[in-house]
This record gives sequence, structure tokens and C-alpha cells, in this order.
Amino acid sequence: MAVSTNFWIWIAALLTLAIYSFLYKDNPFYKFAEYLLVGISIGYGISVYWHNTIITKVFNPLVYDKNFLVLIPLILGLLMFSRFFKNVAYLSRIPIAFVVGAGTGLSVPSSFEFLFKQIYATMPLKLDIGSLIIVVGVISTLVYFFFSLEHKGFVGEVSKAGITFIMVAFGAAFGYTIMARVSLFIGRIQFLLSDWLGIIK
Amino acid sequence: MKFINFINNLDKRWIYLVLALCIIIPFIFPVGFPMKTTPPVKSIYDFIEDSIPEGGVVLIGADYDPSTMAELHPMAKVIAAHALSNNLRVLFVTLYPQGAGMAQDAIDNVLREWNKSNPDNPKKLGKDITLLAYVPGVSAVVLKMGEDITQTFNEDGYGNKLSELEIMKGIKNYNDINLMVELAGSSVVLTWLIYANGRYGLKMGIGTTAVSAAEYYSYLQSKQAIGMLGGLKGAAEYEHLLDKKNVYGGRKDASIGMDAQSSAHIFFIILIVLGNIAYFVKKKKEGK
Amino acid sequence: MFVRRTLPLLVSAIFGIALILQFFVPHPASKSFYNMMLDWLIIVSAFTYLIAVQSTVELHVTKIKRRVEGWQYSIIVLVSLFVTAILGIFGGAFMPTTLWMKIFPSVKPSDTTPLMYTYLYMQMPMQSTIFSLLAFYMASAAFRSFRARSFDATLLLITAGIVTLGRVPLGEFIYKGLPDVVEWILKYPNMAAQRGILIGVQLGIIATSIKIILGIERKYLGGGK
Repeated sequence: MAVSTNFWIWIAALLTLAIYSFLYKDNPFYKFAEYLLVGISIGYGISVYWHNTIITKVFNPLVYDKNFLVLIPLILGLLMFSRFFKNVAYLSRIPIAFVVGAGTGLSVPSSFEFLFKQIYATMPLKLDIGSLIIVVGVISTLVYFFFSLEHKGFVGEVSKAGITFIMVAFGAAFGYTIMARVSLFIGRIQFLLSDWLGIIK
Repeated sequence: MKFINFINNLDKRWIYLVLALCIIIPFIFPVGFPMKTTPPVKSIYDFIEDSIPEGGVVLIGADYDPSTMAELHPMAKVIAAHALSNNLRVLFVTLYPQGAGMAQDAIDNVLREWNKSNPDNPKKLGKDITLLAYVPGVSAVVLKMGEDITQTFNEDGYGNKLSELEIMKGIKNYNDINLMVELAGSSVVLTWLIYANGRYGLKMGIGTTAVSAAEYYSYLQSKQAIGMLGGLKGAAEYEHLLDKKNVYGGRKDASIGMDAQSSAHIFFIILIVLGNIAYFVKKKKEGK
Repeated sequence: MFVRRTLPLLVSAIFGIALILQFFVPHPASKSFYNMMLDWLIIVSAFTYLIAVQSTVELHVTKIKRRVEGWQYSIIVLVSLFVTAILGIFGGAFMPTTLWMKIFPSVKPSDTTPLMYTYLYMQMPMQSTIFSLLAFYMASAAFRSFRARSFDATLLLITAGIVTLGRVPLGEFIYKGLPDVVEWILKYPNMAAQRGILIGVQLGIIATSIKIILGIERKYLGGGK
């Protein structure tokens, strides 16, 4: 393989390097890339919204399928723009209240269901070390986060056990986080060495 | 003592340079350490391999963006390729606009590579694989899909009516999906578990960033998810499993990064150890 | 006053309670109400993104108008935003539009859209690179801040060390049983603490949800009268 001759790969590579230049020190190339990213990603978002949402979910049903039920949420949605006009800005609260209220109503029963599943899974089905660790760990962690009781005496001991479990969990998450960050860099090096420079396959 | 002073005053840019070298060098001189497959990865692979009949449907949730694509994009590609190799149908869905671009790139890539290595069993967009249109609303979308997928999206990501697409034949809602693998590094995984799995009983697997992997073991133990791919290593394990079948020629993005991952991890451990030595020596000296 | 304060609270309470009740009523009418609500939510949500766009545009326009330091960069944001949006709207998102193919007759339906070019070769490399900078910051932090100051911190660091090594092939090479040790840590002590936290957070979310429906929690409506 050889160095890429694709114009776009070169653009991608130069933008990648512009951002890495920040590791040496802040500079205009980095700033340029940073702001370019903001603009492009919003522009991209607008385009996807336009084709996938506005056309598919509003325009086509209204114009071609004559589905006028779409009008109610459409008007509700448009009310959100009232926030840009001072004297009617309060109208934007109605669609927000609808989204929050309806969303909350949908979530409450399902969240309870979810919670019960987690609690149920904690119940030991057989007596072994694993189940014991799980029961003790879950309860002591909960006690540690439960601040209404003073952490003294027995409660204090349990909450101490809780912090031990939490440290193991944070340690595991931390070890995994190192892995995650390294992977992100690996992804970029792979692009530079393979797609751009053609040093590796 | 000189060494301790050197460590305490080291310009961080030297650390940056060594880290970069730790990752670049293994790419140029690969070793290829063997690796074991972990049970959470194997169970997703086995389910797609053994438990879904031909023509069955795998739904892949592409709820990630370029910031975590290094970890999750290889998963999207390898799982889609695996499903195609068993003649399953693959639907991509996303709850975020950025995910649509990721899914589109994964589909494009897998189709191209698949058709290159399997000219006798070509796969087609809209027949074997497609991307559902991006629709906002997050939990509302997940719930609506449980009622009627066609009505949720109306069209695919390319502007074709879902009701007219061959791939959608016989698919009404989650009851017609054999497995969903949700790829995300955020709390949206919980949204899918609460609504799609909890309310509609959709069978789910998770592919996530290493940052979230430790957290999601709760869902594995409670059997809300059948398995999990955690980070680049999870993707690499899956690539190894699929590689044994020898059906797909696409680049193994995750596997070729594993040597670099190993050497960088060693470097991190050395950094932590050195930093602690410097700290304790300094503390002891100040204590005197 | 009614429209400003009471009506929004009524709207959220009515829809909230109605959808909770709906969960327990399997009647077809309840089902079609549920379906209609989901449709409404999807369409109303579409506008929240446009609001966010409007806010960003306004921010940068103000920066340019007031000549705030670095205002030139705001021009880059606005120009790239509009160029990308126009290319995307006229050229198509994931498949070229008929209009685009009329203007450029050589373009086929299977071709990559101009929007995808900006996504694949500009947004993707930049965004993933910015996040990969975290690897460097973490390396520097590992060296400077991760200290075994106490028993708890030592425990954290040791677990982190085991997971870091045990999750890569090299760790497996050093000690064959390491991946199993890591899997055990993740499945038992780690999972127990993660679940404790998860249960706590879920209880908090449910409590807040109920407060919202009852109109006790009103922050989401913003300040003012």
C-alpha cells in the first residue's frame, strides 16, 4: 500500500493533525478545526432532521396522506418558538409541559418494573459465595448512600463495607476507562497509518 | 534523588510522546498475542449463530457518534456481517442524528466487503439490510416501535416507504425481531432495557464502550441482557469468533489494535507505579 | 396568570397521570390513546432540536456583533453550519435527492451524498480525534494524581491495575487465569456496588417523576412568573 491519493482522505488527515497539534500547545489550526466541527455537526443535524423527520413525519403525512391529526402536535411544537418573542414567551411552556408530563407518565410504571427486576435478581436463589457477595454488596452500597441514618455503630460498619465495594467497582471502572481512552487513540492511529499513509493494511 | 526530581518536573509532553510511540510501534511490528473469548461476548455470538432461524431479524441500535466510534463502530460492522452470513435480515435504528451517519457508514462498509468476498451470495440494501429513518423522541420512539415499526418511521433513512420494502415483510413490531444489539456508550442503553425489554420483552444484547462496561454487568446478572461486548476488546473477541467461520473479508479493525492496546496498558501501569514511587519517596523525605 | 403558570402544570399533570393509568388498562381505547400520545411526543420532540440550533446561531451572531475576542472563529461556525445544512437539504442525507441528480446528471442514486462527505471526512475525523485527546490527559493524570494515599485509594488502584492488565491479550499471556479473575471481580463485587448505585439512582428518578406530575418539581418550566 502507498500514501493515499484521495483528496478527502487528505482533508481528514490534515484535520486530525490540526487537532493533535493542541497536545504541543494551543494554536489557530486547532481552534479552526474545533469551530469548524461545531458548525458542520449542527449543519449535519439540521439536514438529517429535515429529510428524516420533517419530510417523513410531518410533510409527507400532511400533504400526501392527508393525515390532519399531525396538525395538533405540529402546532404544539411550533409553540416552542414563542420563546424568541418576549411578550408571548410563556406559551413555550405548554409544549415543554406536555413533553415532560407525558414522558414522565410513560416512564413511571416501566421504571418500577425495571427496579423490581433488579431487586429480584439480587435475591439469592442458591447459597454460594457469589450470591452472598451480591446481597451484602448491594445492601451495604445502598446503606452508604442512605444519608437519613447516622453512619455510626452497626450502620457505620455496614456503610464501611459499602465503601469497600464501591472502591472495587470504581477501580474496575477506572481500569476500563484507561482501556476506552487508549482505544479512541488507537482508532485515529489506525486511520493515519492505514487509510492515509498506507504503512499498514 | 535525581531520578525523583526528574519525575516530579517532567514535562507532560514527553509522556504524550511515549504514549504515542507505545501505540504506533505495535502497529508497525505486530506480535498478535492470542486471546480468550469472554462469556458475555460468546453468548451474543452463539445466539446469532444458533438460535435465529434463516430470514430472522437482528436489530442493531447505532446510538453512538464519532467520539466513541473507535470502540463501537467495529462492533456494528462485525455483528451485521455475522448476521448476514447466517442469511438474517439486519435493521439499523438510531435515536440520535449522529448515529444515522454511523449506521450508514457501517452498512455501506459491510455491504461492500460482503459482496466482495461472497459474490455468489450478494446482499442488497433494502432487502437484506437497511437503516430506519432517524426519528426524534428517544423513549417515545422505543415504545412506538413496540406497537408498530412501520408507523414509527414511515420511511427508511433513504426515503423509501417501509411498507413497500422487501426487508420489512412480516415485521410488525418487536415480536418479529429475534435479537436487538444496542451499541451505545450512554444511558440510552437503559432506555432500551426499560422500555423495549421491560415493557415489550425484546431480547437484547449490549455493545458498549469500556467506560460503561463495568456498570452494565448488573443487566447481565439480572438476565435483562443476554450478553455484552465491552470496548475494543469485546469487538476484537467477536471478530475472532467470526473469523473462524471464514466468510467475511472486511478489515478487523478491533483485532489489529489489540497489540497497541496491550502495550499502552503496560505504559499506564508503569506511569502509575512511577508516580507513586516519586510520591512516597518525596513524602518520606519531607517527613524527616 | 392561568396560561403562564397553572396551565403548564395542569398539562403535565393530566398527561402524566393519564399515561400512568393507561399502563394498567388494557382496553383498545386506552391503547389507541397511548399510540396517539407516542406520535405526538415524536413530532413535538422534533422541535426541541431546532430550538437548540437557534440558540447556538444566536450565540455566535452576538459574538460577531460585539467583536468578542476570537469572534473570527464564530464566522467559521456560521459559514460551515449554513454550507453543510444547504448541501444536506438540497443534496440529500443518505441518498442524493432527485433535485441534486437533476443538477448533476452524473450522480447515481447509490452515490455518496455531499452531506456524507462532510460527515465522513470532516466531522468523523475531527470529533473522534478530539475525544482521543483524553488518552493523553489520562496518561498525564495517571502519572501525577493517582496516588495510593489511603486503604480505599490503594484498593481502587489495585483493582484498576488488575482490570487494566486482565482485559488485554498481553495480560493473558503473562498469567493465563487473569481474564477469569477480572471476570469474577466484574461479576460479583463490582456488580453488587454498581447495582446498589443503580437502585439508588432509579429510586431518585421515580421520586422526581412523581414530583413533576404532582407539580411539586417545576424547574423544567424555567424561571419567571
